[in-house]
Amino acid sequence: MTFDRKHIIALARGTVILLAFLYAGNAVSALLHLPLPGSVLGLVMLAAALHFRVVRPEWVRPAAEVLIRHMSLLYIPPGVGVMVYFGLIRREWLALVAAGVVGTVAVMLVVGLLQQRMERRG
Amino acid sequence: MGDVPAAALAIAATVLVYAAAQRLYARFRHPLLNPLLIAITTLIVLLEVSGVGYERYDRGGRLISYWLGPAVVALGVPLHAQLHEIARRGKAMLVSILAGSVVGIVSGTATALLLGAPRQVVLSVAPRSVTTPIAMGVAQKLGGIPPLTAVLVIGTGVLGAVAGPALMRLARIRSRTAWGLAMGSAAHGIGTARAVEEGDVEGATSGLAIGLMGLATAILAPPIVALLLRLFPRG
Repeated sequence: MTFDRKHIIALARGTVILLAFLYAGNAVSALLHLPLPGSVLGLVMLAAALHFRVVRPEWVRPAAEVLIRHMSLLYIPPGVGVMVYFGLIRREWLALVAAGVVGTVAVMLVVGLLQQRMERRG
Repeated sequence: MGDVPAAALAIAATVLVYAAAQRLYARFRHPLLNPLLIAITTLIVLLEVSGVGYERYDRGGRLISYWLGPAVVALGVPLHAQLHEIARRGKAMLVSILAGSVVGIVSGTATALLLGAPRQVVLSVAPRSVTTPIAMGVAQKLGGIPPLTAVLVIGTGVLGAVAGPALMRLARIRSRTAWGLAMGSAAHGIGTARAVEEGDVEGATSGLAIGLMGLATAILAPPIVALLLRLFPRG
């Protein structure tokens, strides 16, 4: 990654566009009382704007790439929040762990196998 | 310690620990060395040992997690790039995700009920497969404990990212779109961070699955959970 002036401007421009779509998504979600968070609506709206050439891919790509590449970093603070619930987790650990493992394995296998099967048939 | 230095210290510590965890993972490539898992564990130990506590850490932490919003929006870029490929398989994807959402709500909730977890915990478990902001909203609506749901969401994501690739190898899931879709629907954004490593197709479908799974679960969780609570009346 280089830090010349052009690159910084490209990053800033992309960041502003992503934030604009995030806040637009938040506003739509609040106005229409949708069960979806603004970020997911923003995702769909950004893809649509790119598709209809309202936004050009090169305007957002530099900032989008940095955020996507380092997405794990952004989950660290909420993940550390687990420490607040150590007491409750210690009491209910079996139910929590079992529900988590059973649910995760079930979802992954159902979605993956079903999707693969339908792709082969269609 | 004032607010600004405390926040700056928390941010610096998080970024440093993350960078170190990334290096460790790049070196050994072992799934248990998942950078997120290592970073979270390290920071918890640091906070416990130093006695700083979560609340003070989160003054800086929330400035980092704020960027989850724009990062989810940013997934619109790979989604757009893969739109053609995805549109071809759109109908199959909707069916798979709907099935996955129902299975996810039922299996998680039923397991917690059968193991005798208290009602509030059961209600916090139900929306566990979806991205944090949606899951917390659903938990709130159901009467669960939203922060506990957030913790479960992260745990589910780490589990999916760590164990998912091996599980899918065993199940012979070889289609790249099926791989991405399964990862994103079971392990939301954390799974997607792992899917991005596999390739563009996996990353884009995984990102799309976050949104579809979130929407399906937000709509389906309340009626399904109400039904399950009636079938297993307890707690």
